[in-house]
Amino acid sequence: MKPAPFEYHAPGTRADALGLLAEHGDEAKALAGGQSLVPILAMRLTRFAHLVDLNRVDDLRGVTRENGTLVVGAMTRQRAMERADDVPLLVRATPLIGHFQIRNRGTVGGSLAHADPASEYPAVALALDAEFDLASAHTTRRVAAADFFLGTWTTAAEPDELLVAARFPVWGAESGFAVVEVARRHGDFAIAGAVCAVAPDRAALSLFGVASTPLRCTDAEGALLAGAPPADVAAEAVRDLAPADDIHASSATRIRLAHTVVARAVTKAREDARA
Amino acid sequence: MHDIEVVVNGDRTKRRVDARKTLADFVREDCALTGTHLGCEHGVCGACTVLVDGEAVRACLMFAVQVDGAEVTTVEGLGGPDGALSPVQDAFRAEHGLQCGFCTPGFVVTVTAFLRDTPNPSETEIREALSGNICRCTGYQGIVKAVQRAAGEAS
Repeated sequence: MKPAPFEYHAPGTRADALGLLAEHGDEAKALAGGQSLVPILAMRLTRFAHLVDLNRVDDLRGVTRENGTLVVGAMTRQRAMERADDVPLLVRATPLIGHFQIRNRGTVGGSLAHADPASEYPAVALALDAEFDLASAHTTRRVAAADFFLGTWTTAAEPDELLVAARFPVWGAESGFAVVEVARRHGDFAIAGAVCAVAPDRAALSLFGVASTPLRCTDAEGALLAGAPPADVAAEAVRDLAPADDIHASSATRIRLAHTVVARAVTKAREDARA
Repeated sequence: MHDIEVVVNGDRTKRRVDARKTLADFVREDCALTGTHLGCEHGVCGACTVLVDGEAVRACLMFAVQVDGAEVTTVEGLGGPDGALSPVQDAFRAEHGLQCGFCTPGFVVTVTAFLRDTPNPSETEIREALSGNICRCTGYQGIVKAVQRAAGEAS
């Protein structure tokens, strides 16, 4: 299994990377950690004439705090998020991604831009109302997570645009957080997963692995904030779910598992808030 | 083709590689270090695990051109210069942590990095660390014991 031939570019600056993407358009693909892209290339599910490797672009890496926001550079390794204490949902989601060897290479921006419907970070971003900075050679814009994920492996980013940073709101004290998922084996993609955050004055809930994008459970958030029992919040969250049958689980199984992970996440997040 | 300069198991080498050549194929074919095994070639089985600048990674999910300027350590680089087994390798032998041996290089490299970062692991931490490597022979119990032995001897 080898990727089809491609031309390899290793820009040293963000400007050079964006210039290459502008020059080659949809014939080019940005290479971040490569933990999803390289298998896809190796299995010949896709091919690109040009790969733009971002691993030598230092100004895409690193984590900074801007007032109430944690700004995570796109090329920050997932492993570093295990210590992102300002955003506990990132700390809790990260160990669920693959295995530690994968997280040593995998990046935050790569996972978000890849937009696998069963991956954790997109659901965390959606629950927290995170925003993404997209840049091209000539433009920059800020897109809300709610407007970014359009479908399986499909986002609002144009071929010449790069997700350069993700901006995660920092919640205050007295908050509680949980990420719960069910997978066949540890490290596999989730069959169903839930992200939950609770605070005295707000609540957030999202699901992943149950549709072509992560889903925000707005109605269930009302019940969550009102203090409804976990099973009631879960019932509200899965009310309109209609996942397709696939090789991993039937639609009915997925709905049942979604109910289970929401109830567990609500319980854990409330315990976390009290702790 | 791309010219790269890389330190493999302590030896600095200059090579010319095709952009699509994986790091795993590079160490096996270009460096003749066939201890790194390829099982699935898409990042699931862990057999090809090597250290790049000290971090355990899947060699099938990196391209050789990406390690230009880096240090790569394969299973051949873990033992002593006289062929002596490393503490992790010795523990695998002592605890029957291998049977057919195909997956073993990936486990040994993984455990070497894990014990460096987590010198006194709990059994839960050990099982978590091993979860990214697949073994079809041993049933894993001997491997867990090998990690415990290696950790105990190091501490």
